[in-house]
Amino acid sequence: MTTSTQSIFSFLPPSLQSLATKMTSLHFVVTTLFVATLYVSFCNLVFEPGSALHVSTYTVTLLGKYLCYALLALSVDLVWGYCGILSLGHGAFFALGGYAMGMYLMRQIGDRGVYGNPELPDFMVFLNWDSLPWYWAGSDSFIWMAVMVVLIPGLLAYVFGSMAFKSRVSGVYLSIMTQAMTYALLLAFFRNEMGFGGNNGLTDFKDILGFSLQSDTTRIVLFIITAVMLAIGYAISHYIVKSKMGRVVTAIRDSESRVRFVGYKPENYKVWIFVVSGVLAGIAGALYVPQVGIINPGEFSPLNSIEMVIWVAIGGRGTLYGAIIGALVVSYAKTRFTAIMPEAWLFALGGLFVLVTLFLPKGLAGLAPQLIAKFKRSDSAKAADTADTKSEVKS
Amino acid sequence: MIATTGTTTPPKQGSPILAEENINPDTRHGVILYVEDVSVSFDGFKALNDLNLYINDGELRCLIGANGAGKTTLMDVITGKTRPDVGKVSFGQQVDLLSLSEAEIARAGIGRKFQKPTVFENLTVFENLELSLAGDKGIITSLFHKLSSEQKDRIAEILKTIGLTPQEKQLAGALSHGQKQWLEIGMLLAAQPRLLLVDEPVAGMTAQETERTAELLTSLAGEHSVVVVEHDMAFVRSIARKVTVLHQGSVLAEGSMSEIQSNPDVIQVYLGEEQG
Repeated sequence: MTTSTQSIFSFLPPSLQSLATKMTSLHFVVTTLFVATLYVSFCNLVFEPGSALHVSTYTVTLLGKYLCYALLALSVDLVWGYCGILSLGHGAFFALGGYAMGMYLMRQIGDRGVYGNPELPDFMVFLNWDSLPWYWAGSDSFIWMAVMVVLIPGLLAYVFGSMAFKSRVSGVYLSIMTQAMTYALLLAFFRNEMGFGGNNGLTDFKDILGFSLQSDTTRIVLFIITAVMLAIGYAISHYIVKSKMGRVVTAIRDSESRVRFVGYKPENYKVWIFVVSGVLAGIAGALYVPQVGIINPGEFSPLNSIEMVIWVAIGGRGTLYGAIIGALVVSYAKTRFTAIMPEAWLFALGGLFVLVTLFLPKGLAGLAPQLIAKFKRSDSAKAADTADTKSEVKS
Repeated sequence: MIATTGTTTPPKQGSPILAEENINPDTRHGVILYVEDVSVSFDGFKALNDLNLYINDGELRCLIGANGAGKTTLMDVITGKTRPDVGKVSFGQQVDLLSLSEAEIARAGIGRKFQKPTVFENLTVFENLELSLAGDKGIITSLFHKLSSEQKDRIAEILKTIGLTPQEKQLAGALSHGQKQWLEIGMLLAAQPRLLLVDEPVAGMTAQETERTAELLTSLAGEHSVVVVEHDMAFVRSIARKVTVLHQGSVLAEGSMSEIQSNPDVIQVYLGEEQG
C-alpha cells in the first residue's frame, strides 16, 4: 500500500511526497470532493454564463445526481464488496428514502397545486380522498421526514436481514430474495390505493424548507450538501471497514463457518452491515429526489438495482473509492450515451461489464496498482539484465 | 440458563471479563469431555451408534477409524453442528453442550480445526489471529476495538509457537498449505480453548511439515486437551499416547498404540484391511 502510493507521487517534491504517503484513501476522497465541490460552486456563482469557466446550473444538478449515485454505490459496496452479500434490491432502500423526502416536498407545495387544496396533495384530491392517510402524519415536518429517511430503509433492512441471515439464506438465493423484495415494493407503489401517487409518483415540487427548488442557489446548496453527505458516508464506511468489525465482516465473506467456530455470530454482523448500508442508500435517495424533482415506482425496478451492482463491479468491488469511481464513470457514460444512442445504452453497459470482468477483475480502482506492478516488473527486469540475474529470482 | 453447580475453575489468566457468560467446564474428576450413549442417524444410516468416549484433561488423544466410522460426525456433534438423536455430551461435568449453539460452544472453550485448512485468506496472518483471540465477540465491541499490549504479546507468542513470525504481515491466502494448517492451529490457540479438536492435520503435508506438526501438537498437550483425527498411521504412532479406534459408529478399542496394534478386533477390521 505505502509502496504504491510512494511511486504514484514520485514526481512531487520530497516534502509533499511524505505528506502524500501519510494520507489514507479517506483523506484523498474527502479532499478531492472538497476541491471539486468548491470549484464547481465557485465557477457557477462567480462567472457569468457565456464565460469559458462558467459551470451551468444544469451541470451542477447533474453532478449532484451523480454524487447521490456515488453514495448509493458506496452502500452496495459495503455489503457486497466487503461482506459478500450480493444485494440485487438496494434500489428499494434508495427509493424508500426518496419517497420519504418526496412526501415532505409534496406537503411543501401547499395550496399551489392544481386543485389548490392546502392539506392534500393533488393526486389524493383526484382520488376523492378527504383526509391524509395515517402514514402521511407528520409529513409536513422536515425533521420528522428526515428521521423517516433513515428509519424506514433501516427498519426494512433490519427486518429483511434478520429473517434472511438468521435462517442462513445466502448466495444466489439471497440475491433472488432481495430482487423479489424490490419487485414487490415496485408493484405495491404502483397501486393508487397505497397513497404514494401510484404510477406518477410524487412530483411538481416547489420548495424545500421555504427555498425555491428552481433557484440556482438552492441547487448549489443541495449539491454541496450531497457532497458533504457523501464525505460523511465515506468516513463512516471507512471507519467500519478499518475497524475490527470490518475485519470480521471480510472474514465472513471468506469463510462464514470459520467465523462461527471462532465464536462470532456472523448473522448479527451481516444484519448490521446491511442496516448501515440500507440507511446510506436511503439518504442517497432523499438527496436525489429534490435534485431530479421526481420520485416514482420506477426507482424500485430490479433493473436499477442491477445497475448499481454493475457500478461497483466496474469501479472495483471491495474498495470504497472504487465504488465511487464506478458510479461516477458509468453515470457519466450513461448521460453521454443516452443522448447519442438511447437504445444502445443497455448493450454498452452490458459490454462494459463483460470487458471489466474479463480484463479488470479488480475494476477501475485495481487498474492503477496493476499498472504500477507491471511498471515495476519491467523496471526490475531491466535491472536484472544489466546486473546479476539473482535479484530477479527474488522479486 | 446454564447450571453452574459446584465450583468452576477460575478464568484462565489474561482472559478479560466477558460481557457474555463465561462458561468454565468443571474438571474435578479429571475428565474434560464426556460423550455418553450418543447415536446419530442420517436417513436410517447410523453414523454414530451408542458411542461412549471420555477425554481426560490435558491429554493428547488420537481417533482413528476407516472412512465412515463416524469420526467427523463425532466432531460435528461435539461442536454443535449436528445434534444427536439420543445421548449426552458434556464439557466438564456440568456444561451441557447439546443446549449450546456453535458460537457458544466455541466461546466455552472448544476449538475445532477442519480437515481443509480454513483461514481468512484476505486478512493477514496477524489479523487472522487477532480475530480469533478470546474476548467479547459482539458488534459494538468490535467496532471500537483497540488491541491491548497484552493481546499483542499474546499474538506474538502464538506466532512464535506456530513458527509464522516472519509471515506476520502476509495475507493468509498466500501461505503454503502447511503454513495454513499451522495458522489455523494458531487461531485455535488464540481463543484459549480447553479442548482442541483437530481433523486430519497432516493431510497433504510434506514429511518435514508433518514432523513439525507432530512437535507442535505434542507441545500443546498438557495445557490443552487435544483430540486428533488422523488417517496417517505413522503420524499417529509418532504422537499418540492413547488411541481410540472407531468402527461403524462406536468405539472398537482404546489403549496405547502397541495395545491397539495387537488387538485382534482391530487387526481384523482396520489394520487387517490396510495390510490386505
